[in-house]
Amino acid sequence: MSLLSRRLPRLARQFSSSAARCLATPVADKPVLNKEFKIYRWNPDEPATKPTLQSYTIDLNQTGPMILDALIKIKNEVDPTLTFRRSCREGICGSCAMNIDGQNTLACLCRIDRNEAKDTKIYPLPHMYVVKDLVPDLTLFYKQYKSIKPYLQNPNPPADGTEFLQSPEDRKKLDGMYECILCACCSTSCPSYWWNQDEYLGPATLMQAYRWIADSRDTHTAERKEVLQNEMSLYRCHTIFNCSRTCPKGLNPALAIARIKMELAAD
Amino acid sequence: MMSTRALHSLGSPMRKTLYSPSLARNQSLIRIRTTLAKRTVQTESLPASASVDILNKQRLLRPSSPHFTIYQPQLTWLASIANRATGGALSALLYGFSLAYLVAPGTFDSVHVVEFVAGLPDAAKYAGKALLAAPFAFHGLNGIRHLSWDMGKFMSLKGVYQTGYAVLAGTAVSTAVLVFL
Repeated sequence: MSLLSRRLPRLARQFSSSAARCLATPVADKPVLNKEFKIYRWNPDEPATKPTLQSYTIDLNQTGPMILDALIKIKNEVDPTLTFRRSCREGICGSCAMNIDGQNTLACLCRIDRNEAKDTKIYPLPHMYVVKDLVPDLTLFYKQYKSIKPYLQNPNPPADGTEFLQSPEDRKKLDGMYECILCACCSTSCPSYWWNQDEYLGPATLMQAYRWIADSRDTHTAERKEVLQNEMSLYRCHTIFNCSRTCPKGLNPALAIARIKMELAAD
Repeated sequence: MMSTRALHSLGSPMRKTLYSPSLARNQSLIRIRTTLAKRTVQTESLPASASVDILNKQRLLRPSSPHFTIYQPQLTWLASIANRATGGALSALLYGFSLAYLVAPGTFDSVHVVEFVAGLPDAAKYAGKALLAAPFAFHGLNGIRHLSWDMGKFMSLKGVYQTGYAVLAGTAVSTAVLVFL
């Protein structure tokens, strides 16, 4: 106990945020680099108040490199009411998808533009109902994903009880599709999805639809195609390419949709 | 109701310990007691089924987030809008002129149109030609771009931008040729 208490001050020093003072060689404090962030705010507790852009200025030299770092700093130190989704901070959960400087991307993968003369504007994903601040309502998006039955459908499992086998070539067909994290950046960047999201499935869901159409182990290919064979679900895609342009994972939903169209045309 | 009752039942043994004189000397307990006494927020228990009503009420009031007004101008969607706008304008012109000819064939036949244009000043002639040639060239060339996409060509982001700039350059050249023809 006494040993621990003697060590505690030293431990506390190690964990303190102003570690620079404790280094053997003093480090000069970095100059202040103030940057303005304009962030979309709307509070469901005051629904009559129109959404506004609220301005926050923080010192970039006291902030991490990514937009998510800035948002967390603002929430921790300036305004705890600022609301946004975040989880993994490394681009694999898809929670922090938002519109940053006009482009849909993940806040955790988006570097802060260090030009202090220009402000950075942050909005929620476009044309979605806002739950609060930067949090969009993704209920419909998830419903659409569910509607394409995003799971293996094969009533005849291998007789020996092992896994379904697949050739390396067939497995390769899934590359560039299975990596999708369903962050909804692509769907909410698509003008067709803005105007017709009640009926058009949108790039994210359609790419997953093709991910299962292309899977050699799935036996319900015909049914999966049949569901898309109507005016709205698939054919509202006008090859605009906003989806592939904005995908934070570098995937190409437009290509997957084009492949569905070509396969449906060949049927 | 249930939650307040629960607080009361919890409260009596807690209060007994907190107010007992032997423990009252303990500073931290006094602090807890004062904060407990100051607690004024009343909670209201609702059945689980009420959550749907609350959610639906909120949903009705939710604003839609801004879209094309805040989205970065990109070649991808601007070219798509331009394709639509030029297509619509050219169709309107074609159908408008055809209908006008149907209604008043004497006014809108070739002879009268040629006479009308010949009487215009040069500046108006070139402006008018450019105004007709640019949408026609863009829509035609972008149509070829769309057909190649439908065949699965240029379906990468690089392909989209290369063909996009090619269409813009082609539009500029074709417009110039058509205007000074």
